[in-house]
Amino acid sequence: MMRFLTMGGYAGFVWPAYGISFAGLAAVVVLTLRSYTRAKAMFAAIESDKAK
Amino acid sequence: MFELANPKRFMDVSRPALPWLAVAAAILIPVGLYLALFVVPPERQQGDTVRIMFLHVPAAWVAMMAYALMAVCSLLGLVNRHPVADVAAREAAPLGALFTVLALVTGSLWGRPMWGAWWVWDARLTSFLLLLFLYLGYIALWSAIEDETRAARAAAILAIVGAVNLPVVKFSVDWWNTLHQGESIFRTGGPAIASVFLWPLFIMAGGYTALFATLWIIRIRTAILQRTVRARLGAETGR
Repeated sequence: MMRFLTMGGYAGFVWPAYGISFAGLAAVVVLTLRSYTRAKAMFAAIESDKAK
Repeated sequence: MFELANPKRFMDVSRPALPWLAVAAAILIPVGLYLALFVVPPERQQGDTVRIMFLHVPAAWVAMMAYALMAVCSLLGLVNRHPVADVAAREAAPLGALFTVLALVTGSLWGRPMWGAWWVWDARLTSFLLLLFLYLGYIALWSAIEDETRAARAAAILAIVGAVNLPVVKFSVDWWNTLHQGESIFRTGGPAIASVFLWPLFIMAGGYTALFATLWIIRIRTAILQRTVRARLGAETGR
């Protein structure tokens, strides 16, 4: 377990690489989904307006 | 492929593909991470820093693939005036830029312990930094020109001209004497790395590619929806 955490002495390089990659990808997933949800809601609102 | 140029067609065709791509990413990336962190042994010379490869190489591959797709879509937009092509090119850029940054950062974190330097101006690293600047220039160009048709045309020309950099990145390790290691996977004579490293690498690369495809399609769909909403609102106020 210690061996895993210390990454054979390279923990200061391996873990930041994993952390930054995960953070970057998670951020773009959240931003992309958020604007998609908003655009779908806007579109639905306009469609229902038109139907009235 | 040309029928995808119709926004309505694109919306219809891309919808069923989305869950498959999302599920592929959601399976491949965790499996790849598990293999990379728990199954792969420390490499003989590089020790545990070899685990950075499973993030660095897929990010770099996707960064280049995204640029190639952006350039092809730009060409289709420029020559054939496909309405979706310009949008597809524009939406690939921020994603490509992110993967480029991830490749550069993870590469730096790998270079410091292995080469003793966070950064060197060798041909591979320099051409890859140029890739980032091409992405940023492309994004800046889109936002600098207000008229969308003109912005699309100018940005497309930049994307197509900048595509010259792709083979330079790819072959930089052969053409110049680089500190960056040479091609070790797609080379004549087969891969030069052991299969215990190769399989997790391909799985991560597949996961990254599926994630890129998922996000790209969602971003194009978002842009088409936004454009439709704008057009409808414009038509109403114009009356």
